[in-house]
Amino acid sequence: MRGSEAMAEAAIRAGCRLYFGYPITPQSELAEYMARELPKRGGVFLQVESEISAINMVLGAAVTGARAMTSSSGPGISLKQEGISYMAGCELPGVIVNVCRGGPGLGNIAPSEADYFQAVKGGGHGDYHNIVLAPSSVQEAAELCYEAFDLAERYRNPVMILCSAVIAQMMEPVEFMPPREQEKEEKPWALTGAKGREPRIIKSLRLEPEELEEHNRELQRKYETIKAREVRFESRHLEDARLVVVAFGTSARIAASAVEEAREQGYKVGLFRPITLFPFPKKALRDLAERVNKFLVFELSAGQMVEDVELSVAGRVEVDFYGRMGGYVPSPEECLEEIIKRCKERT
Amino acid sequence: MKLVFDRPKSMKDANMHYCPGCSHGVINRIVAEAIDVLDLRERTVCVAPVGCAVFLYDYMNFDVTEAPHGRPPAVATGIKRARPDLFVFTYQGDGDIAAIGLAEILSAANRGENFSVIYVNNTVYGMTGGQMAPTTLLGQRTTTTPYGRDAREGHPMRMAEWIASMEGPSYSVRVAVNNPANIVKTKKAVLEAFKMQLEGRGLSFVEILATCPISWGLTPVESLNRVEKELIPYYPLGVFKSVDTSKKG
Ligand SMILES: Cc1ncc(C[n+]2csc(CCOP(=O)(O)OP(=O)(O)O)c2C)c(N)n1
Ligand code: SF4
Repeated sequence: MRGSEAMAEAAIRAGCRLYFGYPITPQSELAEYMARELPKRGGVFLQVESEISAINMVLGAAVTGARAMTSSSGPGISLKQEGISYMAGCELPGVIVNVCRGGPGLGNIAPSEADYFQAVKGGGHGDYHNIVLAPSSVQEAAELCYEAFDLAERYRNPVMILCSAVIAQMMEPVEFMPPREQEKEEKPWALTGAKGREPRIIKSLRLEPEELEEHNRELQRKYETIKAREVRFESRHLEDARLVVVAFGTSARIAASAVEEAREQGYKVGLFRPITLFPFPKKALRDLAERVNKFLVFELSAGQMVEDVELSVAGRVEVDFYGRMGGYVPSPEECLEEIIKRCKERT
Repeated sequence: MKLVFDRPKSMKDANMHYCPGCSHGVINRIVAEAIDVLDLRERTVCVAPVGCAVFLYDYMNFDVTEAPHGRPPAVATGIKRARPDLFVFTYQGDGDIAAIGLAEILSAANRGENFSVIYVNNTVYGMTGGQMAPTTLLGQRTTTTPYGRDAREGHPMRMAEWIASMEGPSYSVRVAVNNPANIVKTKKAVLEAFKMQLEGRGLSFVEILATCPISWGLTPVESLNRVEKELIPYYPLGVFKSVDTSKKG
């Protein structure tokens, strides 16, 4: 199954009842799958006038406590930022699949991971965070999409799945999770009509600085909880590694092959793959910095995650970078060459 | 004019922040009364705008959500598509609906989304200090048209007629709240719009000509006169579309 379709199927199984979107390559297959499947399975699919409207419809559906999602790529994700910021401010759940393409501007439709900053560092206005998940296979894309709905609801926060067109377009077998039972219970914050209770308000506006600061403090406390509980990463060959390649998503796939080959050739190389980009596996990297000689951050961008790696490592060891831009996907051999170059530098 | 009767069940006991002579207060009350009449309070979700009515949730005694500036029709679409059993309406100003939110309202209307729109046309951006709106009359001075609006800054937009030209909506009307007789008509129009939604007939749209004495630089009484003398001649009152043909005209 194709990655974008696997994410759509997983979303439906996670109880996503509403999908709102606007076509954009390379993720239209996700919307098309939803258009076929959701109406048959008791849900709503709507192709709307813009990505701005799509995210605001997700916001509206979330207001009632329903599970809803949208998906897009760079140019469309840029348009959604206003709505995402409002969702974060209003503490509303929602899932956004972001199939990253080459930019800036219209760029191209080739696989890229250059929207890390936008996804992880806010993108919209204000002090907020998305929870950002970065799958590296079709199976993982499905699993993370399934879990994204739980995370979004647990923390009442937007969850973004960030992947490149490689993951979205690739065909791999998928083992799906069981469909979720529709929850009967009403969410204690949802707007469902003030019957037998006081009216509820959903808002981000707080005119008094003291009040807005307190709201921000609460959001920050929530992000701290997320950082404490939800960090996920995968690692390989760290036991005796001197050089550790840090990569996520598609670049991690490429790096994994390169690292295996480097191992075959006798180089002491490991791989560290963040699965959650926010929360970033800061502590794990810091601990690792105590016992390795060097990190090589490998990205499909000019170097964005590398900043978070540097912050995590806090100067303990050298952090080097190699990346390709513009939708160019380097081969494992190219990555291997860079790894070997760094290994040799030290000897 | 003064409205002295009991507070509708659908209103909270709160002081409104609107300026003296502002139509928002009257319109808030008309909406609350209509919701009481139709007994909808316990299944209402209102989408408040960014504009002077942003604090609607402090005055209304039912569930209210905020929406980004101009996006209430998209937010209302999400709510109504998720929960068709709820009664949903947006409350929007002319900047919100006719400028930044034009794509959202026209698309929702075209799809015939089954919610209602209360659109308050006061020909200016009240909240941000009286700048030009898409509805500002030609020649009208605002803080961003200090020499009067020129046609090259756009012609005043007639939303009710535009909405009426589409297949999706069930009802589109323009009313005013500048005198008791018009207030009674506005109440009727709001009730009619809400009934359309209850009957599942698609988007119902009520444009209400309103005052903004502060931005207009007029007294409350002069403002009411301006609605009569300047606004109504350009923005004619009436029903522009009703799927219930007996009510057209
Ligand atoms: C994206 C964005 N742009 C601009 C603003 C600033 N803003 C707030 S209200 C408003 C216009 C309000 O005018 P209107 O919709 O006519 O409502 P009124 O205040 O007159 O009732 C503007 C431009 C904003 N909040 N968000
Ligand atoms: S600025 Fe205008 S629209 Fe806003 S409250 Fe005052 S009179 Fe009403």
